[in-house]
Amino acid sequence: MEFLVASAIGILTAGGLYLTLRLRTFPVILGISLLTYAVNVFLFASGRLTVGAPPILTKGVEVYADPLPQALVLTAIVISFGMTAVVVMIGLGAFLGSDDDHVDDQPESDDAEAEGTS
Amino acid sequence: MIHWIVAPVILPALVAPFIVLAARYHIGIQRVLSLAGVVALVIIAASLAWQASDGTITLYQMGDWAAPFGIVLVGDQLSTMMVLLTSVLALFVLLYAIGSGWDDRGRHFHALFQFQLMGIMGAFLTGDLFNLFVFFEVLLIASYGLMIHAGGNARLKAGVQYVLFNLIGSTLFLFALGSIYAETGTLNMADLANRVTLIGPEETVGIRIASVLLLMVFAIKAALVPLHFWLPSSYAEAPAPVAALFAIMTKVGAYAIIRVYTMIFHPELEATAGLHDLWLLPAALISLAIGMTGVLAAKKLDRVVAFSVIGSMGMVMISISLFTPESISAALYYIVHSTLAGATLFLISDLVRTGRANLDLTVQPVISGNALTAGMFFVGAIAMAGLPPLSGFLGKLLVLDAAFDNDKMAWIWAIVLGSSLISILGFARAGSIVFWKAHSVSHENGAEVPNAPSPLAYAAVGGLIALLVAHTVFAGQVHGYTFKMAAGLFAPEAYISTVVETPGKLSDAKKGDH
Repeated sequence: MEFLVASAIGILTAGGLYLTLRLRTFPVILGISLLTYAVNVFLFASGRLTVGAPPILTKGVEVYADPLPQALVLTAIVISFGMTAVVVMIGLGAFLGSDDDHVDDQPESDDAEAEGTS
Repeated sequence: MIHWIVAPVILPALVAPFIVLAARYHIGIQRVLSLAGVVALVIIAASLAWQASDGTITLYQMGDWAAPFGIVLVGDQLSTMMVLLTSVLALFVLLYAIGSGWDDRGRHFHALFQFQLMGIMGAFLTGDLFNLFVFFEVLLIASYGLMIHAGGNARLKAGVQYVLFNLIGSTLFLFALGSIYAETGTLNMADLANRVTLIGPEETVGIRIASVLLLMVFAIKAALVPLHFWLPSSYAEAPAPVAALFAIMTKVGAYAIIRVYTMIFHPELEATAGLHDLWLLPAALISLAIGMTGVLAAKKLDRVVAFSVIGSMGMVMISISLFTPESISAALYYIVHSTLAGATLFLISDLVRTGRANLDLTVQPVISGNALTAGMFFVGAIAMAGLPPLSGFLGKLLVLDAAFDNDKMAWIWAIVLGSSLISILGFARAGSIVFWKAHSVSHENGAEVPNAPSPLAYAAVGGLIALLVAHTVFAGQVHGYTFKMAAGLFAPEAYISTVVETPGKLSDAKKGDH
């Protein structure tokens, strides 16, 4: 199970980073969403992976699931969800206003066009 | 009186929704409420700073839970000083926003302003790393709203960059927190400081990665090269009062580095050795060089100021990365100076903006109130470039003095002094084009001469300049205080024992039925 979770986090992060580097609003937002999914799973894993264990330490229990990462993940999910909503709205506003979805600054003058085609 | 330590967080958190709910359509009432809130905040912050000035560490356990399990707020000399600096800055920025009418150019300026203050205050006061993340998000989400206040395409576009960059920063922060929790099982700063010393030298891989990730996150906030790319356009495109308030936000990153890397991952810790002198110092030197070169190279006045903020953060980080009590106290002195000087210059560039078509560094007709604005720009530029007699010069002397015994002293002195020269040239060029050469062209016939900025706007900028002068005049006392503070930071036993050993709810429960 460790291998499965670790590779899932790795693939999500790699995909997220790739999309983030595309520098267009829509792929970047998707990429950041993938990154936040990766980090949510990562936070879960930081409390060690257990199956079928009680979520809190009680008497006579040797193996238990750490409850704190679950609380952290909940906070992280809410925050990243809200932030993604905000960035979608601002990105949409910027796109509708300027008809351009580049995230990076575009060269202002025409003669700089050759180096700014990324 | 122990409850006062939460007031800087609670008060804006109450004022902001009240403004939204009760005074939504009345800008006048909003202004009064917001101003009253900030004035109360200044008074509270001043009394907290006074309370902490003798070395008292105030601990506030949320819900009375004992430290590693509950969230704590801690008020020591450093955090109360930063809270005081934030509230004083906020007062003048708010006065400017009201005086210049910026707050009326979009909705909910005052509510967002208060939420922003809540986040900044919380970030300075919290004693828990995950809570620091939460307060970072509070201040960021308010800053997203403030950043695009009053709209406009250029501003929205810069806003997208700013939000996306900070979202990536937040994700990195969570990765860092996850690895710290996986390695140590705690996120309370004081508890963490105890536990990292227990990690054996052969098992440091995880905590090394965590400390580097955390440093990167704070470096993004502090706009350290090569993580500075978000700053120039977002600060230049943000409304001027907002940019001036943002001057404290880069310092939140600097504060977090000082706090975490003196207490938890301090330089003597074997696991994270080499992080400070090998990575932080070169990055800081390059920031200073690039920032001050940007001052000379920028084509618009607001970009000039934005790059000077990067440069001054480089100066702060050089001083921090030396990690001696002398250098940290110099950094703290410089942080206060750089916040005030950066905010002053952003507000002055807006004073210029009101009289001109744009902020391009081209020759345009004389702006109204030219003499007064030019004089203020002159003072602000002297302070930022670090010329005598203002506090920038004293701060730079302190940094140079702290670097005197370092083996990289030649590098530090050369870059600090060289970049000062470049920034003086940059400010002189900007000032002479905007204010001086303007006399060579006259207004076109029939062109409308813009109104002069309101007296309240001038008063707010004047207040900030007066603070800069006071920071210079009382430099001896201020530096003496920051030196005491730095000495306390390098002996964090009092802080740690206050946080960890104060009994809370959990210690009672242990004795009882569970």
